[in-house]
Amino acid sequence: MAHAIGQAGHAEDHAEHGHPDERVYIKIAGILAVITAVEVAIYYFDMSRSLLVTLLIIFSIIKFVTVVGYFMHLKFDDRRLTWIFLAGLFMAFAVFIALDVIHKSHKLDYAQDILAVEEHAEAAE
Amino acid sequence: MAQAVATLETAQGAGHAGHDDHGHAEHPPTSMGVDSRKIAMWVFLASDCMFFGALIATYLIYRGRAEEMVRAGQGTGPLPFEILDIPYTSVSAGVLLMSSLTMVFALAAVQKGDTRGTRIWLLATSLLGSIFVGGQFFEFTEFHHEGLGLTTNIFGSSFYTLTGFHGAHVTIGIVMLLTLLVMSLRGNVNKRDAMNVEIVGLYWHFVDIVWIVIFTLVYLIPYEKVEETKTEVEGALRLLGLV
Repeated sequence: MAHAIGQAGHAEDHAEHGHPDERVYIKIAGILAVITAVEVAIYYFDMSRSLLVTLLIIFSIIKFVTVVGYFMHLKFDDRRLTWIFLAGLFMAFAVFIALDVIHKSHKLDYAQDILAVEEHAEAAE
Repeated sequence: MAQAVATLETAQGAGHAGHDDHGHAEHPPTSMGVDSRKIAMWVFLASDCMFFGALIATYLIYRGRAEEMVRAGQGTGPLPFEILDIPYTSVSAGVLLMSSLTMVFALAAVQKGDTRGTRIWLLATSLLGSIFVGGQFFEFTEFHHEGLGLTTNIFGSSFYTLTGFHGAHVTIGIVMLLTLLVMSLRGNVNKRDAMNVEIVGLYWHFVDIVWIVIFTLVYLIPYEKVEETKTEVEGALRLLGLV
């Protein structure tokens, strides 16, 4: 009976830690390599920019989530580790959005400055 | 009865020691119930997300600016469409991806107590990482020969800063991997030390996922091809859409 308890604990630990087989990792690496090859291939296709960008971003997200989930083992680990990582990702994304909004309000600085300088020069003459 | 309890406790201890088959610390006595080193590495990686997030965001908001400056007759090349080599960078992206696989094998080996396998896979990961860094170094020197320096234009500044910091991260990762390798050769990396290999692995996979993002946003998303303008005013009028 004591042996059975030990075995059950051991089995429970397998379930808790959940390790994919090494062959699974090789398959995952193969899939990631194929996705990378597809990304590079579609770069040379004649398609609209918005479609190309959308596809590239989707493929990147798939690769990103796969490496984080499987190679970094986050899928099988304590959920709190996922929350810690997502917090960092969220803040990084928020910084990007804020920078983008602020920056877009100063789009044509250079053109207007050049024209203003030219007008001043002409007026001075 | 006392003997039965003692037997039960011994069996439970054996069951707990059986958890070590995969090299995991068995229910560490921390407040979170997760190894503190692992939590520390994840917290660091979350902060590193913000570090690279800021650099990538800066690169993205300045994307297209160098082209605008050239069209306005204010800036100078080389521009991204002239200089970035997609096939070359694809190979280095593939190399880094494969290094993530070898890192996984290194962790699996140490968790099984396979010392020789641990060393082989740690060495393989370091070598692949070194090939990547070497490739970056070659790319930077090529770009520099073609006239793109850190202060040449806004593309040069943002590109070298972002990819340079990533390369520095990879280099630090290689140092950590080689440190583990030396420790292993000295007999200091065993099944019970698997957590050390795991946390270095987490860092290594992180630099790989950062490159996944950089490769797409910096290299693969197409850039504008720009023709030269004759005067600054003509360039400014073009920018305003008046020509």
